[in-house]
Amino acid sequence: MSMSHDEIFEKVKENLVDALSVDDDEVTDEATLMGDLGAESIDFLDIVFRLEKAFDIKIPREELFPAENLLNNAEYVSDGKLTSAGLAKLKESMPHVDFSGFESDPDINKISDLFTVRAIVNYIESKVITA
Amino acid sequence: MRWIWIDKFIEFEPGRRAVAVKNVTMAEEHLHDHFPGYPIMPASLMIEGMAQTSGILVGQARNFEEKVILAKVVKAEFHEIVRPGDQLLLEAVIDNIAPEAATISGVIRCEDRLVAEISLMFSHIDKNLAGMEFPEENFVFNAQFMTLLKCYLPSDTPGT
Repeated sequence: MSMSHDEIFEKVKENLVDALSVDDDEVTDEATLMGDLGAESIDFLDIVFRLEKAFDIKIPREELFPAENLLNNAEYVSDGKLTSAGLAKLKESMPHVDFSGFESDPDINKISDLFTVRAIVNYIESKVITA
Repeated sequence: MRWIWIDKFIEFEPGRRAVAVKNVTMAEEHLHDHFPGYPIMPASLMIEGMAQTSGILVGQARNFEEKVILAKVVKAEFHEIVRPGDQLLLEAVIDNIAPEAATISGVIRCEDRLVAEISLMFSHIDKNLAGMEFPEENFVFNAQFMTLLKCYLPSDTPGT
């Protein structure tokens, strides 16, 4: 399947609007899923289901939203912040995410801000192009 | 009062689709309060009826090994009121079922009228809420719910 960036964005937006009952114009590139769009944990699964169907792809669990396993590992978290090993691991597992900003203060409470609409679009883009 | 909001299954295609019947009657106490002099079935109980219809469908698809919990009402739109004497048909179709969750689309009809459209998401909680412990036994599918499926006879289907 070959799709342009805009086509992917529009389709991601459509699915987020349905999954999260938000308005069209709330779904911007920078919007964070939890902070701005009000997603809760179960919504992440709902979003994964919808994206798999919409783009006819398989999304392995822990690939699109991988942070949880990492946070349960003492080697990666210290004093409520990611250690350098933890940060490196997170970056490696989320190549679709922009870490500038987060890197200077890797507070684990801010991890949810990494999950933006743009991150999803980047992820889908990597999937449909390599598929 | 028992918290069962469907009367029986009339169709049950494992892992795919189920249809249940609910007969609404003035013997249900809450209808006398909802509302006095104007009894109509609460929309919330239609959601519960759909959750029971589809919850059993989703549970059966994994041999009732998962604890299937309603996690999200994705959509609930109501088009008609439902009154005592009405017979509802609740039809649920599995859209997606994965190790950790399932989604369904449902419609409720009365005769040929569309009463409600309800889409739900269920969580298989043992596979989701990491680190939380739940009782060993499957408290979701208790004897009452299992009776519903045991009482299902394919010959109950209208027109067969």
